[in-house]
Amino acid sequence: MAMAMAIRNAASRRTMSPISGEFGLRSMSSWWKSVEPAPKDPILGVTEAFLADPSPEKVNVGVGAYRDDNGKPVVLECVREAERRIAGTSFMEYLPMGGSAKMVEETLKLAYGDDSEFIKDKKIAAVQALSGTGACRLFADFQKRFCPGSQIYIPVPTWSNHHNIWRDAQVPQKTYHYYHPETKGLNFSGLMDDVKNAPEGSFFLLHACAHNPTGVDPTEEQWREISQLFKAKNHFPFFDMAYQGFASGDPARDAKSIRIFLEDGHHIGISQSYAKNMGLYGQRVGCLSVLCEDEKQAVAVKSQLQQLARPMYSNPPLHGAQIVSTILGDPQLKSLWLKEVKIMADRIIGMRTTLRESLEKLGSPLSWEHVTKQIGMFCYSGLTPEQVDRLTSQYHIYMTRNGRISMAGVTTGNVGYLANAIHEVSKSS
Amino acid sequence: MKTIDFSSSSSPSDRRIGALLRHLTSGADSPIAKSSVLASPTSGVTGGSVFAHLVQAPEDPILGVTVAYNKDPSPIKLNLGVGAYRTEEGKPLVLNVVRKAEQQLINDRSRIKEYLPIVGLVEFNKLSAKLILGDDSPAIRENRVTTVECLSGTGSLRVGGEFLAKHYHQKTIYITQPTWGNHPKIFTLAGLTVKTYRYYDPSTRGLNFQGLLEDLGAAPPGSIVLLHACAHNPTGVDPTIQQWEQIRKLMRSKGLMPFFDSAYQGFASGSLDTDAKPIRMFVADGGECLVAQSYAKNMGLYGERVGALSIVCKSADVAGKVESQLKLVIRPMYSSPPIHGASIVAVILRDKNLFHEWTLELKAMADRIISMRKQLFEALRARGTPGDWTHIIKQIGMFTFTGLNPAQVSFMTKEYHIYMTSDGRISMAGLSSKTVPHLADAIHAVVTKAV
Repeated sequence: MAMAMAIRNAASRRTMSPISGEFGLRSMSSWWKSVEPAPKDPILGVTEAFLADPSPEKVNVGVGAYRDDNGKPVVLECVREAERRIAGTSFMEYLPMGGSAKMVEETLKLAYGDDSEFIKDKKIAAVQALSGTGACRLFADFQKRFCPGSQIYIPVPTWSNHHNIWRDAQVPQKTYHYYHPETKGLNFSGLMDDVKNAPEGSFFLLHACAHNPTGVDPTEEQWREISQLFKAKNHFPFFDMAYQGFASGDPARDAKSIRIFLEDGHHIGISQSYAKNMGLYGQRVGCLSVLCEDEKQAVAVKSQLQQLARPMYSNPPLHGAQIVSTILGDPQLKSLWLKEVKIMADRIIGMRTTLRESLEKLGSPLSWEHVTKQIGMFCYSGLTPEQVDRLTSQYHIYMTRNGRISMAGVTTGNVGYLANAIHEVSKSS
Repeated sequence: MKTIDFSSSSSPSDRRIGALLRHLTSGADSPIAKSSVLASPTSGVTGGSVFAHLVQAPEDPILGVTVAYNKDPSPIKLNLGVGAYRTEEGKPLVLNVVRKAEQQLINDRSRIKEYLPIVGLVEFNKLSAKLILGDDSPAIRENRVTTVECLSGTGSLRVGGEFLAKHYHQKTIYITQPTWGNHPKIFTLAGLTVKTYRYYDPSTRGLNFQGLLEDLGAAPPGSIVLLHACAHNPTGVDPTIQQWEQIRKLMRSKGLMPFFDSAYQGFASGSLDTDAKPIRMFVADGGECLVAQSYAKNMGLYGERVGALSIVCKSADVAGKVESQLKLVIRPMYSSPPIHGASIVAVILRDKNLFHEWTLELKAMADRIISMRKQLFEALRARGTPGDWTHIIKQIGMFTFTGLNPAQVSFMTKEYHIYMTSDGRISMAGLSSKTVPHLADAIHAVVTKAV
C-alpha cells in the first residue's frame, strides 16, 4: 500500500512539470527578486498621473510638448506635406551609422550659420542622433572614452535627465550656479565664479537658449563675458540647443550664444533637437556636432562617434531624418516651417503676458515679473513643492514639483483657472 | 604695453575685457592677472582641440563592406556584405503590407507625433510579445512578460545588456564562436564581460554540438548565454529541435540565463512559428529569459529601427519592477523610442488580413533565398568545383558561411569585385539568378587557383 502511494505520488510529481522533471528547474524563485521598483521619472511621470486623473478640469502643464490654443498637440503643416511627399516613395534601407548626410548638413547650417566657414572647410564632425537625449548621451560617452579624466559641469537647475545621461556614461558631475531664486533670474556672478574656479580645461554644459527648466537666459553681453572667461580658462563648451526658434521665434537669434562662442574661437560641441521646433517629438531626430581644428580631425572624431553609435543602435531611424531633409531642403517648405515656428513661439509669449496680467489682476502679493522675463517653453514659477502638490490635489493642475510650468500647455481656455489656482496656493506666502 | 582703463572705456569689447579682468584678478595671486591678457585682442581661432589626440577609427567590418562596394567603379560588382534583402532584380524591397500600413498612417489626420512613453508604443509591445512567444503563451496570459520597444535588434540587445549589468548577479555573457561582429561590442559597452562558447565546426561546416555542451556545462552557474533563435549569423548553422531540447535542459540545470537574439523570425524557414520554436520551448518550462526581436529583415523596416526587448519573469509583480528599471536604462540613452516604424508594425500585426498578407510576402522572401542556395550549389557542382558544398543548402537563413579564408575573400573582391565580410560570410539575399554564375565562377577560381 505504501509502495503504491509512493509510486502514485512520484507519478503525479512528474506530470506536474513534465518538461522540467528530469533535470529540474534551478529554483522556483526569480532572478529578479531583488530588483527594486524604480522611481517614476519626475517629468514623464507627471503626464502619466495627469492621464489617470478623471477630473474634467484637469490641466497639464508638465511635459514640454507644444499645444495649440485648444490644448491640442500640433503637427506642423510643413511636416504633413513632407510626409505626403515621402510616403510610398523611398526604400527603407539602413542609413549610414552617422545618419542622413543631407539632414546633418541642413542641421549644421541652423546652428553654425548658412554660410559658416566651418561647414565649408569641413571642420565639423557631425552625426545624426536620437534627438537631444541621444546627442547628449553620445557626447557623454565620447567624452568618457577620449577625455577619461574629465568631468562635466552642469547648471543648477537643469533638465533632470542631464544628470542621468552623464551618470550612465560614467562621467563625474559637478554643478555650477545658474538660477537665482531671489530674483528668479540669472545668478551671473555665481556662474562666473564657478567658471573661474573650475580647473582649467573643464567641460561645461550650456543651454544655448530657453534654459530648461527656468527659462532664464544670459543676455548677449553676459554671453560674451562668459565666452571670454571660457577662453582664459580653456574650458570646453558643450551646448544643448533643444529650443532653437522656440525662444524668440527666430532661429538665427536663438543661436546667438553659439555664434558668439564660435566668433571667439572656441571648439564647441552642440546637441540639436527637432522634437519641439519641428514637432517631431516621437521621431527622435537630432544631431550631435563637434567643431574640430581641421578636416582630418573632424573625420577622425566622426568615425569615433560612429563607433559609439554602432553598439547602441547601429544606425539612426530614417523617417524623422527624411522629414527634416525634405523640409529644410525645399525653400518653400523651409519658409513655411519658419512661419509655423514663429506662430508657436508667439502664442507662448502671448500666454506669458496673459498669465502674468491675470495674476496681477487677482491682486497677488507676489511679483510675477519673471513670467514675462523668462523665455521659451518653461516658466520657473517659484512655487514650492508643497504648493505644487496642492495645485495637483485641489485643482488637478499637473506640473513638475520644481514649480516648472510648461507654458505650451497654457491656453486662453485654462489660463484664468490656472492663475486663480496659483493665486490661491501662493497668496499667503 | 599700453595702459588702458578698460572699465570706463566707451568700447564694448574693452568693457568686456575689463569685466573679465575683474573676475580673473579678484584673486590677488591669480596667475592670469599677471598674464598678457591686457595686450592681446581676443579673437580668432586660438587653443587646440581637446580631441586632437584622436585617431581615425577603422571602418565597421560589416557596414564598411558596403562603403567599399559603393566606391568600386566596376560595372560588374556584387554586394554580398550586409544582410539586407534584395529582389531578383537586385533591388531593395519594401513589402506591400508596409506600403499599405504607411498609407493608413498618412491618411489618418488624427495621428500625432508626440513622445511615446519610455517603453514605446504599448500596442506594438503587446503584439510583438505575442508574435515571438505565441498568441496563447501562458507567460503572456499570466502577465509575466515585460516588453519594451527598442531600436531594432541592436537596441534591444544593448538595453537588455545594460539592464543585466545593473541588476543581474552574474556579469558574464557567453556568445557563440563566431557571432555577429557587433555582439561583443554591444555587451562590452553595456558593462558585461564577454566570453565565447564553441559553436561552428569548420571541418563539417556544421554545429560543434559537443563543444557547445562542454563549454556551456563549464560556465559558472547563472552566466548569461546569448542564443541565436534561428538562422545563426554568420554561419547559418542552427541546432535541431532535439539539440535545442538538450541545450535547454543543460542551461536550466545550471541556472544559465538565456538571452535570445531573434533577428530572422519567419525568414529562416518561411514560418513564424517554426522559427520561434526554440524560444517557446524555453518559455514553456516556466523559466526566465530575455528576447531581443528585430523587424529589420522580416518586415523590411531596416532603417526605421524597429525592435523589442522582452523579459520573461517568474511573476507579474517581478515583471512590473523589471519594466520600471528598464525605463531607467532607456531614459538616459534616448528618452523614448521612435514612433514611425513601430506604428507600421502595429498596423500590420493587428489586422488579420494584413498579417496574413505579410506571412505570404515573408515566405516568398525566404523561398527566394532557399532557391538561391540551391542554384549556387548546382552551379558549383556543374563546374566541378572541388570540395563539399552541401553546407550551402544545409545552412539556413540569410547567410552562408562559405568557408573561404580572408586571403581568398580578398582575391574575390580584387579580381571579381565581389564584396563580402572577411570571414567568408555571404548574404544570399544579395544574389539573383543572374549573378549566381558570376559568384560560382569566382568561388571556383579562388578554390582551384595555385596558392
